[in-house]
Amino acid sequence: MATYKTSDFRKGLKVQIDGEPYLMIEMNFVKPGKGNALYKCKLRNLLRGTVLDRTYKGGDSLESADVEEIDVQYLYRHADTFVFMDNKTFEQYELSSEQVDDNWKYLKEGMVCSMTLFNNNPIILSPPNHVELKVEYCEPGVKGDTATNVTKPVKVETGAEILCPSFINIGNIVKVDTRTGAYVERVSS
Amino acid sequence: MSNGSAADTPRPDFAPSASLEALRFRAVMLRRVRQFFDERGFLEVETPLLSADVVIDLHLDPLPVVLSSARCQAGKVRTMWLQTSPEFAMKRLLAAGFPSIYQITHAFRGGERGRLHNPEFTLVEWYAVGQGRDGGIRLLSQLAETLLKKGPAERLAYRHAFQLGVGVDPFQASCEELAAAARQHGVVIPAGQDLQDRDGWLDLLLVDCIEPHLGRGQPTILCDYPPSQAALARIRPDSPPVAERFELYVEGIELANGYHELLEAEELRRRNEAVNRQRALAGKMTLPSESRLLAAMESGLPPCTGVALGFDRLVMLAFGASELAEVLPFPLEIA
Repeated sequence: MATYKTSDFRKGLKVQIDGEPYLMIEMNFVKPGKGNALYKCKLRNLLRGTVLDRTYKGGDSLESADVEEIDVQYLYRHADTFVFMDNKTFEQYELSSEQVDDNWKYLKEGMVCSMTLFNNNPIILSPPNHVELKVEYCEPGVKGDTATNVTKPVKVETGAEILCPSFINIGNIVKVDTRTGAYVERVSS
Repeated sequence: MSNGSAADTPRPDFAPSASLEALRFRAVMLRRVRQFFDERGFLEVETPLLSADVVIDLHLDPLPVVLSSARCQAGKVRTMWLQTSPEFAMKRLLAAGFPSIYQITHAFRGGERGRLHNPEFTLVEWYAVGQGRDGGIRLLSQLAETLLKKGPAERLAYRHAFQLGVGVDPFQASCEELAAAARQHGVVIPAGQDLQDRDGWLDLLLVDCIEPHLGRGQPTILCDYPPSQAALARIRPDSPPVAERFELYVEGIELANGYHELLEAEELRRRNEAVNRQRALAGKMTLPSESRLLAAMESGLPPCTGVALGFDRLVMLAFGASELAEVLPFPLEIA
């Protein structure tokens, strides 16, 4: 495992602290008068999203984190396990429903997502920012109502419920923002 | 969205990070510094950037330059040093009988890069012959007033600054008390901080709790440091003794460091050896402890004060910029 010396510290560095991967999101070099250099860092935990304030002294070092991002295709779900495949190596990766979190709502078979690996184990799944999902069930739309501020729950092909405007009907395809879970627009009716 | 202004086009790789306006202003500041010292009868000098001698400081890392020449024996090389400040050479001039002198020069400090640091930077350094601590502080205050127009500097003793800022006496408090003050004031303490590293605790408190408040409104000159931070300043035998070192701060930023200069070669030898021991403990290369400066001091350095001022930071502050790259044409990344 490579180590980074304080002189290598910079924004964007991926490091390991107590066995967990962190992204250096801020680095300030300060040096008091004739004193030792201090490296004031903000580090974001890539597993939990929490931010850590740490100060390092000249001569300290941090272990690098083996973190990489790959493109994977969603294959299928088996009970609480979601299975993905690296499009280049055909290697398969499994994520628990806990790791997939709310993203299960957007996963369609064959969809390409971005996956972050730490020590070759998947830790973060990022679906595309926008996905198009077919409506499987909803209460009938109100004829002539095109207002978008009146919403109703709509069940889409993945089994998830999305809040959509009341004019949406069964069989429509809707575009959803995966970062917020919000309806964006009707793609086709 | 785009209005075609310069800010929308990325800067080509060859182009400077500082604007023409900033560099014009920099040129004006250079002339003002020269005028300030010329009017006061200081002689402008130039000394080598590359020298066999170098300042020995625990936390300054000089950049070595390896020379091989026909005059070296086969296979042998000679190491010289890019100067971290022109201090040694300027003091050799004083020992040789020169009057008060000043210099505007580049200096090099390895590993220093940040908003306020570039490993190659510009120093204004001057030595006032016959001057003591008070005269040194007064001249520095006048220079700050002339160049920054924020009024004369207030004086603040290091001890008083700590008593006001964090409620401890930096000369008397135990390491445990300093550590407790740091925790109480929310200082982020490095994991490797040695409990017995007294200067380390003082520096952590200084950086987080004291420096940010210095030089607000008017410049501040922090003076009378703990003897452990004397560097090349003389120590005044008060009770407790204080190092006659003084630093100029403007808007929370350290701008200049001055000494009522140490004159005794034997004392410098002792300090050099102590620093080299600390460097070795910290895993750093030791530096040549014998130098022509020691010979100069043995022959007799006149009583004087010496000050080094970071010219890039001065320009940055006076120009209203927020980082050195705005007033340096080519900082490290594009040098």
